[in-house]
Amino acid sequence: MSSQPRTLQILNFVSGLLLAAAAWMSLGYAPTERVMGAVQRVFYFHVATAWVGMLGFIVAAVAGVIFLVTGNLKWDKIGLAAVEISLAFFFIAIVLGSIWARPIWGTWWTWEPRLTTAAILEMVYLAYLLLRQGVEDPERRARFGAVYTLLGGISVPVTFVSIRLFRTIHPVVIMGGNPNAQGGFSMETSMLQTMLFCIFAFSVIFVTLFWHRLRLGDLAEKVEQLKLKLIQ
Amino acid sequence: MIEVRKLIKRFGLKTILRGVDFSVAPGEFVALLGPNGAGKTTFLRILSTLSRPSLGAVTVAGFRLPQDAAAVRRRLGVVSHMPLLYGDLTAEENLRFFGRMYGLEMLAARIDDVLEMVGLTARRRDLVRTFSRGMQQRLAIGRAVLHNPDVMLFDEPYTGLDQDASEMLDDVLREVAAKGRTVVMTSHDLARAEELATRFDILSRGVISASVSRAGLGANNLLDFYKQALANGQ
Amino acid sequence: MDNKRPSSSYFQAVLAVAWKDLAAELRSRELLSAMLVFALLVILIFNFSLELDKEARENVTAGVLWTTFAFAGTLGLNRSMAVEKDRGCLDGLLLAPVDRSAIYFGKAISNLAFMLLVEIIVLPVYSILYTSVSTMRLFTPAFLGVTLLGSIGYVAVGTLLASMAVQSRTRDVMLPILLFPVIVPVLVASVQASRAILQALEMSEVMAWVNLLIVYDVIFIALAFMVFDYVVEE
Repeated sequence: MSSQPRTLQILNFVSGLLLAAAAWMSLGYAPTERVMGAVQRVFYFHVATAWVGMLGFIVAAVAGVIFLVTGNLKWDKIGLAAVEISLAFFFIAIVLGSIWARPIWGTWWTWEPRLTTAAILEMVYLAYLLLRQGVEDPERRARFGAVYTLLGGISVPVTFVSIRLFRTIHPVVIMGGNPNAQGGFSMETSMLQTMLFCIFAFSVIFVTLFWHRLRLGDLAEKVEQLKLKLIQ
Repeated sequence: MIEVRKLIKRFGLKTILRGVDFSVAPGEFVALLGPNGAGKTTFLRILSTLSRPSLGAVTVAGFRLPQDAAAVRRRLGVVSHMPLLYGDLTAEENLRFFGRMYGLEMLAARIDDVLEMVGLTARRRDLVRTFSRGMQQRLAIGRAVLHNPDVMLFDEPYTGLDQDASEMLDDVLREVAAKGRTVVMTSHDLARAEELATRFDILSRGVISASVSRAGLGANNLLDFYKQALANGQ
Repeated sequence: MDNKRPSSSYFQAVLAVAWKDLAAELRSRELLSAMLVFALLVILIFNFSLELDKEARENVTAGVLWTTFAFAGTLGLNRSMAVEKDRGCLDGLLLAPVDRSAIYFGKAISNLAFMLLVEIIVLPVYSILYTSVSTMRLFTPAFLGVTLLGSIGYVAVGTLLASMAVQSRTRDVMLPILLFPVIVPVLVASVQASRAILQALEMSEVMAWVNLLIVYDVIFIALAFMVFDYVVEE
């Protein structure tokens, strides 16, 4: 049994530190927003987890394309790892968003483009995992998975555009410019610092988790190989 | 006509074929024998371009697989234990459909010939759904020879056939093989294989473990040879 | 051995596959009648669950119709691919020396034909059941055009996913689960465009959605064309 490589051990430690620091920055360092109050602090983790979800989504679609071109099963493992992490982090982002939306928008959930798209993306991921479960041959499973992530990778942005054609009430903090949005606010420097730091921290956490998930995949394969050796 | 060198086929971590070496000269009729799960169907699926080799070199009718699959398909006729026919089309319509897929010219005349050969001229306008298993299998052979292939692959063609139907199939297979075609047939029915084939290869545990020609078999019984080969393979 | 072999043109193969499906279906009518009865039942259920009185109808007609088409569509797609898989016919198609995407387009054309046939029957039935000013607009060229564009997008993705679904263990439940999350843009755009037409809104309002539909159709037909090989090969 190979132990974790040194770099990964360091990453574990750094990720823990960064998470603690990010929590401190968003709960202590950043000032309380004037209108929304303390609940606005959830925003920093919300943006950061949604960012990680997006990263995973993009990695999965790209890995799908590379797998189809090269046929190397390594890319299938990468795609699966990306989907699983993205699934979890988008879920966290949705929950955090709901916590924020309850007092600000007066509802846990609205059928607003980004929320709806995030929800549909979660459904795409669940369908992807179900599909994989139903296919025995690993190569076919990988091909089907890659084709489906590719379909999802193109259809989800189109979904976003199509729902966006409706009026949106999601606050666009970074790009600004939607007069109908409720709950938007202008960011002070320390708020911006906190947000950027959280995004950085979660990006590192993403890399760490990704690495762990890939190792897990390799170990699972080794177990399968050993099992097969026992049978034969 | 068929050249296979060190063919390996894996499904994930499972290795089905572990380095098959196999070659067939033009006009030979090779019976591929072996226990269930030995990889016969997988091997035939690779020869028929339906499955890709994991490793190794495969050449069929002078073309390499999987690179020149389309060229191989044009020269290849396949009969499997499934009929590969549409039940809601008539015998004639099935042949017309596959003829079009192969881009055949003078299709109507060719269909007449093929139906005559497999003895289904009288039933040409009946739905394949209403055919007996034996008739379906004969039509399946008609479908496979429609484009006049040089190489024919039969995967357990006798599955589910009764005595009469099997004998009729024997006649059709003989006729198909007689035209100088190269044939590879998998079967677990040793008696049928012994009647038709000119060479007997045994596929066991993912490799060809023994091979004997009809002449080499001499007065010996194929069953004895088969048992011997499997016992040696253990 | 002759080196010049006939080969079918791409379009000939596409048409052959589509013709084969239509001929079989016109004879058995299994798939069409199942889709149609199911579609009418969905409308019946909507009638009770939504209490489709005059005012409600004005707003939900487009939604009810597209939901009906989407549900009935999965039934047809599933069946159309299951026919290929069950009797090994998919192998028969793959053995033909044609580009795999020709098989995809052939299947997509016949699936689209089935879908349009169901729509052509459901629309008048709906307008008879719920006569009003707006349902008279169901038969304007604009509405029919939107229906066609929406159906093309639906079938383009549906045919691809159905060929994956039938090869999975949980095939009967897999198609709607795979299809609906990626088909959302088609449904949103079709429903919005249809609603705008039924409520006689300005054409500019319709055109935004029509453009989205065209973009979706083009992208996904191109994508399916590129990846269909990966879905059927082994």
